[in-house]
Amino acid sequence: MNAVTKLIDTKTAAKWRKDFPILDQTIDGKDLVYLDNAATTQKPACVIETLSRYYSEINANIHRGVHTLSQRATDEYEGTRESVRRFINAGNSSEIIFVRGTTEAINLVANAWGASELKSGDEILITEMEHHSNIVPWQMICEKTGASLKVVPIDDNGDLLIDEYKKLINEKTRLVGVVHVSNALGTVNPVKEIIDIAHAHGALVLIDGAQAVAHMPVDVCDLDCDFYAFSGHKLYGPTGIGVLYGKEALLEKMPPWQGGGDMIRMVTFDRTEYNDLPWKFEAGTPNIADTIGLTSAIEYIEGIGFDAIKAHEDNLLAYAIETLSSVPGFRVIGTAKEKASVLSFVIEGIHPHDLGTILDTEGIAIRTGHHCAMPVMNRFGVPATARASFALYNTAEEVDTLKAGLMKTMEVMGV
Amino acid sequence: MFDLKDLYQEIIVDHNRSPRNFRKMEDADIKAEGYNPLCGDKLTVYLKLDGDVITDVSFEGEGCAISVASASLMTEELIGKTVEEAEKIFGTFHELVTDRDSPIELDKVGKLGALAGVREFPARVKCATLCWHTLNTALHDQDGKEHATVSTE
Ligand SMILES: Cc1ncc(COP(=O)(O)O)c(C=O)c1O
Repeated sequence: MNAVTKLIDTKTAAKWRKDFPILDQTIDGKDLVYLDNAATTQKPACVIETLSRYYSEINANIHRGVHTLSQRATDEYEGTRESVRRFINAGNSSEIIFVRGTTEAINLVANAWGASELKSGDEILITEMEHHSNIVPWQMICEKTGASLKVVPIDDNGDLLIDEYKKLINEKTRLVGVVHVSNALGTVNPVKEIIDIAHAHGALVLIDGAQAVAHMPVDVCDLDCDFYAFSGHKLYGPTGIGVLYGKEALLEKMPPWQGGGDMIRMVTFDRTEYNDLPWKFEAGTPNIADTIGLTSAIEYIEGIGFDAIKAHEDNLLAYAIETLSSVPGFRVIGTAKEKASVLSFVIEGIHPHDLGTILDTEGIAIRTGHHCAMPVMNRFGVPATARASFALYNTAEEVDTLKAGLMKTMEVMGV
Repeated sequence: MFDLKDLYQEIIVDHNRSPRNFRKMEDADIKAEGYNPLCGDKLTVYLKLDGDVITDVSFEGEGCAISVASASLMTEELIGKTVEEAEKIFGTFHELVTDRDSPIELDKVGKLGALAGVREFPARVKCATLCWHTLNTALHDQDGKEHATVSTE
């Protein structure tokens, strides 16, 4: 047993593991090894119970009934806003807007802020390692407004070229959009430094935190970011609920994005007065159940604490790199100085899709493909990669199973 | 009958490692490009026709074992067939890899039967059919243009 394995506290991970009912199953007779956590994480029993309790005891529409159930649903829904505020240390819960996920959060900013603020000649600056969800909304809004999209390149390790960033940012840059942790490479970006530089040039910053919030503490006040976006489903919470954090002064100035019920104070056919923050951005009946489920996910994570989660996942990642490096032809894609929970790789002579299919027959779930980051694949000259991504319930034994699966794949494929 | 769950039959592994008719055809009558953006699979199919008869087929490109082996097997199957026969084979093949309940008649599908296991892996159907869709485009979109692109996404 090597040094890293010893650091992995298997007993604790095994205890956490029991909180996730889905993990206790077999796929074609093999124990499920779930290593696709960057796509979505599994849900602890407490989250599942909250969803079930909501529908069996509370369900009612919010903000519009005088009856008891409506009041309960409203209290729990708004209670989640406070949980999220605390979780990312926002100054005020009115800065927490509920959306479907990271994608919708970014689209909201691009449309509400971008459509009203951008004009021809303005620039939006993103990075070469963005997820399509932090590329396409900006392309669309640039097309509409005449602004242009600039891209900060990355190096062969998958680190952002900060010097290039400093060269590209200028007084025309209105917003910098950057991923906190890359889903394709695992790179942890120096977001605080990026934000400081942007602010020195008068640009706003949007951080795509989809892959960060489940793995490290995020403090939006300390970062001083203008917008921060994430999805509940990558955070042990339900699908269909995500968060846009925005600084209050900015959100106040932004026009609403969608119109309808709940986002208004008063409507006549001549004129509509919009509601206050945050409801101005939450038109229509929201995803009440899953929002409430998110509170349970946050409480679950807070109960364990990021010190323990991060230590465990960092050890797992180091163990995985060390263990898999002995597989012939194994090559890591993304060797940034600082990485979190994501291990993208290729194996010489085997297409990632064949790998994914054969591992599946061994009960091992990994992601293969371009990971919604086609520019990253182009940058590294590969059509696709295989990606193992870790969560708090993964174990060193699962990494060993993955290695055995890779060896079996090579045998099947005659490599 | 082999175990369908055994997707990677020896014949597939073999055609992936040494694909047949894997070459660029400089004097092709028609060529078409196929692309599967989800997988990044890319291939070009070349055809030579003598009237209605396919006298030569080749392909080049890159992709997973399923798409490469399928293209390789397709070229072997088609040489000497008429366009009409080729279309019929495509229909039979499509059913073979997509319809879980269709009978597998090895005498009808020949070597292509090795890909029957794909029906158990719906996510891989696009890989197995990319070359055939590309061929189809080559045969049908040739009026006026000698170059067409198809995408299985
Ligand atoms: C870095 C990153 N950004 C954005 C997204 C989009 O998240 P969602 O699909 O939940 O909107 C993802 C998820 O795949 C991601 O990994």
